[in-house]
Amino acid sequence: MENLVYIALFAPLVGSLFAALFAMTPKNLITAFVTSGLLFVSWVASSSLLMYVMDHGTISVNMMEWIAAGNLTIDFGFQVDAITAVMMVVVTTVSTVVHVYSIGYMEHDKGFNRFFSYLSAFVFSMMILVMSDNFAGLFIGWEGVGVCSWLLIGFWYHKADVSTDVNPSISPSWAANEAFIVNRIADLAMLIGIFLIYWNVGSLNYDVFFAAIPSLENSLLVSIGIALFIGAMGKSAQFPLHTWLADAMEGPTPVSALIHAATMVTAGVYLVVRANPLYAEIPNVSLFIAYLGTFVAIFAASMALVNRDLKRIIAYSTLSQLGYMFAAAGLGAYWVALFHLAAHAFFKALLFLGAGNVMHAMHDELDIFKMGGLKKAMRGTYLYMGLASLALAGIFPLAGFFSKDTILEVAFNEHTYIIWFVLWITAGLTAFYSFRQVFLTFDGDERYKKETDAHPHEVQNFVLVAMAPLAILAIIFGFFMNPFKEFATTILPAYEMSEHTHHIAWILIIVTTLIAVSGIVLAYKKYANGLVRDEKMENSFIYKLLQNQYYIPKFYMEFIAKPYKEISDILWNKVDMKVVDATVDGIAKIIYFTGDKSRKMQTGNLSDYLNWMGVGAMLLIVITALSMSLS
Amino acid sequence: MEQIAFYLFSVLTIGLFLVTVLSNNVLYAMTSLAAGMVLISGFFFLLGADFLGVVQLVVYVGAVMALYSFGMMFFDATKDIKEKNTSSYLVFFLSGMIALTLVIMFSAPIMGENIIASYPIMAGATNPQAVGLVLFTKYLVPFEVAAVMLLVAMISGIILAGKKMDDSLTTKDENHEEDDTFSRKDIK
Amino acid sequence: MIGLSHYMILSGLLFSIGLIGVLRRKNLLMLFFATEIMLNAANIAFAAASHYYGDLSGQMFAFFVIAVAASEVAVGLGLLIVLYKKNGSLDLDNLTVMKG
Repeated sequence: MENLVYIALFAPLVGSLFAALFAMTPKNLITAFVTSGLLFVSWVASSSLLMYVMDHGTISVNMMEWIAAGNLTIDFGFQVDAITAVMMVVVTTVSTVVHVYSIGYMEHDKGFNRFFSYLSAFVFSMMILVMSDNFAGLFIGWEGVGVCSWLLIGFWYHKADVSTDVNPSISPSWAANEAFIVNRIADLAMLIGIFLIYWNVGSLNYDVFFAAIPSLENSLLVSIGIALFIGAMGKSAQFPLHTWLADAMEGPTPVSALIHAATMVTAGVYLVVRANPLYAEIPNVSLFIAYLGTFVAIFAASMALVNRDLKRIIAYSTLSQLGYMFAAAGLGAYWVALFHLAAHAFFKALLFLGAGNVMHAMHDELDIFKMGGLKKAMRGTYLYMGLASLALAGIFPLAGFFSKDTILEVAFNEHTYIIWFVLWITAGLTAFYSFRQVFLTFDGDERYKKETDAHPHEVQNFVLVAMAPLAILAIIFGFFMNPFKEFATTILPAYEMSEHTHHIAWILIIVTTLIAVSGIVLAYKKYANGLVRDEKMENSFIYKLLQNQYYIPKFYMEFIAKPYKEISDILWNKVDMKVVDATVDGIAKIIYFTGDKSRKMQTGNLSDYLNWMGVGAMLLIVITALSMSLS
Repeated sequence: MEQIAFYLFSVLTIGLFLVTVLSNNVLYAMTSLAAGMVLISGFFFLLGADFLGVVQLVVYVGAVMALYSFGMMFFDATKDIKEKNTSSYLVFFLSGMIALTLVIMFSAPIMGENIIASYPIMAGATNPQAVGLVLFTKYLVPFEVAAVMLLVAMISGIILAGKKMDDSLTTKDENHEEDDTFSRKDIK
Repeated sequence: MIGLSHYMILSGLLFSIGLIGVLRRKNLLMLFFATEIMLNAANIAFAAASHYYGDLSGQMFAFFVIAVAASEVAVGLGLLIVLYKKNGSLDLDNLTVMKG
């Protein structure tokens, strides 16, 4: 079993290093085949591990002693339990599909080999993140996925900056830097949390820490919980650190599918789920997480309602679904959060890959107002995206129905009716914006003929085949809810609905389905028969507010980035140039000046040298005399 | 008696050395230097270092001064030395400061009154005996090294001074050629 | 009574006289003379210390100083002769080949 752990972990690394060898050379299909093949190997290993863990329980592997400095010992250890096994299978499944998909998507890209190297490196980091048995390893993986995310968002770094009116994310390199910097802020908090743990517990191992929780003070637990959650907020793009996720859509679409929908952004949820013994002890923080998640759910959904950018809509929906997961985790239903995480990974990756197909067909046009009627040309993609949207909207019997309904039931069961209500509304919004997007893209009049000069065509067949596993999982995954629950609750606390909730569960299901269906119907009425633009509504305050993302990016720009730049300018011009540099230059000038002056001592005349020696001797003797008289 | 001798010798030495340092004539300078050396050996006798006094006389007054005298034969010693002396302000300031500091330092009570002698002067033995005992037991190796050093210095002195004897400084005479080659062989 | 201090002061004065010579003179031969004076000043100090502490080490040092001085004169005078043959003068002001 130990070997399987290593294979699952290191196969992506080997693939990445192999592809990196070809990074500077023109496109070479072998890199794609090797990385995809190794990922498939990793997937096989992960699946076998999942089976094994189901039967035999947790596997712990200690690879080596990693850091041993004084009292600090951190082992490079891995632990595969139910949570990890689920995450591993989700990650390897989605990433294998995305790798194969990328062979088609990146076909004409100059950085083909480089792309696969980055992508596999990301998978490796993600595997470390989920497999580590201590916070240090988790943090390494955490930073690793951050770096890979930065590399991949900025993959087309050569694109020039444009103004925010043309493109809200300015340029890929700008978006990459934004993502990285925002994550840095959150990572600082997370590091503080990790330090607090080490300081008070003396070990970073999960098991040791969790065992020590009952003996720790409540205030300390609260600070650790908050610090770790801020880290999770950054990675999972929760308010107010959410702006980077939408801008991260500048990266290639497979990257958005893999990193910014299915895996990396769920790392925050993973962290909260992983640290469930901690959050179970601090109900106030947990409740805050739940409320924040709920707020983000509706907040992001509202922004998705009016956006015209195909990928950004999906990004906001990701944000919204992450909110659902946090709501579930905050309410104590950890296995539900994990279940929604897995289900969401499948249908959201599918949705993104479908969007990638559309983008490809439309020559990188992303404005859904300029599309329409694409279903004639792209039947397969239409099917996939429709399916994924149905799953996202939570329509029976797709995966989203089960996971989202369970979250709503949990909210109802906890008597947090506000959360339930908001999430319920969000479910309707989700259905509406998903199908607004689908209908605007695939139905109605063929606006692209006027607006663009694209000739849409379906993608290669193998790409569609590669997406099939995700589609199948999006359909059937929901039926595995009960086995999943049994499996996950071997590690996670079992969450049971009360009798009362059980009785009215069917009402809740009907109510939720109703609002989802009505959202779809509304979208159908409004958009399926072509785009009718409502100038009055588009100029209304709320529409503008939503379209400008509540002016939050602008707010950050005006009140954080610009003052920061001004302070930096002042520091640079005044402090650095006039104080620090001037001091350093001054020292150099003094040395140069004295050197230039004392050069004249070198007359070459021995007598002058003797005189100088006499001066030196006098000084020495005087100093000796003084020191003697003083001592 | 001792005091009289000390002060007399001191005044004389200082005066003679001042002549040495300030005189423009090499011969005067050398003569006064030799006289000063003799007086310094007088200090050694006063201090009971008989052997050292004798060595001082033999080496300095005898060998070194003789060496200088022979060296003089190569230079024109009758003429006054014409040189551009360094400004005397600087010189006297520096030397004066050092002298002043040293005088102040040494006028103060000397520290380390209770130093235990590592090679105490033996009672009953005369100074040369005592010196011989210490020199050939404790300081044997430095003594031998000094001997080797003197040998090396002698050889180098001969080679340096003996080089190009054919280029006579006063008279360029071609006839001495054979003599010189012969003498050079000798040296080698 | 003459004490160690007297000899030390004498030694210091003689040393300073030597220093005057070293600093003031430009003729190399005179510089050698001045150096001899300084060495002798040191010797007096050694001998005096030896006498007043009843320790022979001082005399030993003076002894070696004399040996060193003798060697120095032998080599130095040889060098002076070579230099004189080369330049026809012993003046330091004519020796500024090392000017930087």
